[in-house]
Amino acid sequence: MGPLVPFMISNEFNLIIALIAGVGFGFVLEQAGFSSTKKLVGLFYGYDFTVLKVFFTAGVTAMIGVLLLAQWGLLDLSLIYINPTFLWSALLGGAIMGVGFIIGGFCPGTSICAASIGKLDGLAFVFGGGLGVILFAEGYPLVKNIYLSEAWGGVLMNEMLGMSKIMFAVLLTAMAFIAFYLTGLVENRVNGVPTAVNERKRVIYASAIGFAFLILAVIAFFPDSKNRMEARISKTVIQKDFTSASVPADQLASEIVNNYYRINIIDVRDTAAFRAYHLPFAINIPYEKMAERQWGKILNQKHKVNYLYADDKQVAAKGYLLAGYLGNAENYILNGSAINFRKLFSNLTPPGVAANKSEIDTYNFRQKAATDMKMLVDALKNSSEPVIAKTTKIKGGC
Amino acid sequence: MKAQKYMNPYLAGFLLGLVLLGTIYVTGRGLGASGAVKSVVLSSVVKVAPGHASNTPFIKSYSEEHPDGPLKDWLVFEVIGVIIGAFFSGVISNRVGIKLERGPNITNKTRIIAAIVGGILFGFGAQLGRGCTSGAALSGMAVMSFGGLITMVAIFGSGYAFAWFFRKLWLK
Repeated sequence: MGPLVPFMISNEFNLIIALIAGVGFGFVLEQAGFSSTKKLVGLFYGYDFTVLKVFFTAGVTAMIGVLLLAQWGLLDLSLIYINPTFLWSALLGGAIMGVGFIIGGFCPGTSICAASIGKLDGLAFVFGGGLGVILFAEGYPLVKNIYLSEAWGGVLMNEMLGMSKIMFAVLLTAMAFIAFYLTGLVENRVNGVPTAVNERKRVIYASAIGFAFLILAVIAFFPDSKNRMEARISKTVIQKDFTSASVPADQLASEIVNNYYRINIIDVRDTAAFRAYHLPFAINIPYEKMAERQWGKILNQKHKVNYLYADDKQVAAKGYLLAGYLGNAENYILNGSAINFRKLFSNLTPPGVAANKSEIDTYNFRQKAATDMKMLVDALKNSSEPVIAKTTKIKGGC
Repeated sequence: MKAQKYMNPYLAGFLLGLVLLGTIYVTGRGLGASGAVKSVVLSSVVKVAPGHASNTPFIKSYSEEHPDGPLKDWLVFEVIGVIIGAFFSGVISNRVGIKLERGPNITNKTRIIAAIVGGILFGFGAQLGRGCTSGAALSGMAVMSFGGLITMVAIFGSGYAFAWFFRKLWLK
């Protein structure tokens, strides 16, 4: 599941990825004509809307792609970098950039492209850009208030408009196509010559529009991978018999006492229930969060056996199924709830005089197991403290 | 040999979208440009005038957040790639050569000054707006970031608003 950095690709190799991405970026920008300042500013005088066409097509393509990958479960949207919103600095900074664009005729990326193929004005713009950075750094105290005010965090466009992501994607895509059509009209008018769009091109454009909306429809109307998994689990949980995968509390207690280093005890309840009481050495992986990849190393390994439990039998069974889908570890379910486990191994009352041998044996076993578990937990307190998984925040932006 | 025609803008846009999508899929972040300039420039200030850098809060906090310098900066590597990619594209399309492009009514000197002034404004604005056309606007659109999209609207809106005042730089 993407993004592949830093889980599957190291941060060092990421720099090589950056180089490759940059080559693609620079190549396409130059091929599109973004190394020519006249082509760029044409946008503002109406004679050449290449910038808008390239820019909008790229944005819409990437946006639809991101949604599609998320739908297939290939990209975790909660991990990708979302540019944070700082309202005033975004607007003022953007306005200043706009003036820079119309005076200088480039933006940073395009000026680098232009400089790369020998355009001196591009080089001058890059040089100016460097000066601008220094100017900002030196003048930072003056603009600090604007720079930091109205920090809204990583809010999304669709959240601001109160609609779903797919709805916004459909709107933006439609807007893009309308903009392409209208700017085409403006271009023809300003240049005084209509651009000929031949039959073949017309067919290609129409199919591209159709294709974009088809993919949007697929994203909108097909259940995403998470829902498909959930549906599969809900169906299986009713049909399947979990007897062979269930382990009685006594057996688990004995495993804890003797083999604590070879097992994972996984509490699939929510965090509040886990805090209130949990089994010795238990790790809290709430059912809803099992698919998060920080748990991959527990659910997908062959060294330790996993024992899952919950208070509700159904939830435990669902956790067991999901663990099976997510990884290849050997999994079992604790028979009975967490509360039941606690009852069995705390405040034990000695059996009465009339008790038979097996009752006395059980009592002795549980008594010893309870003491041993307590001793183990105390002895291993430091090593069994839950390790707070450090989620690496992906940095991005300029 | 004559320079070749530019690529169809929609095809170029589609390819650029795929590059951006691939980058997001692999690295979880979008493309950028101005950040690389920032990294090189601010690190140079730290190297050249360390005393001054530590007295300048913005540079100080930047170098604390990026202790490895430009040689380990994602955007610097990306921009090195941009230079290679753009040059390669220029070579195969016969567009490489020392040139200065300007409007018909201005001198070369005016064009260079305007480019530097525009660069300064863009460099400054990109810092204030936390990203330029690539990092904030384009990458922001791909992930539906509100901040990225309003930055984009501001850039192009202000471009249009001021286009008339600077028409002499570009038009006949």
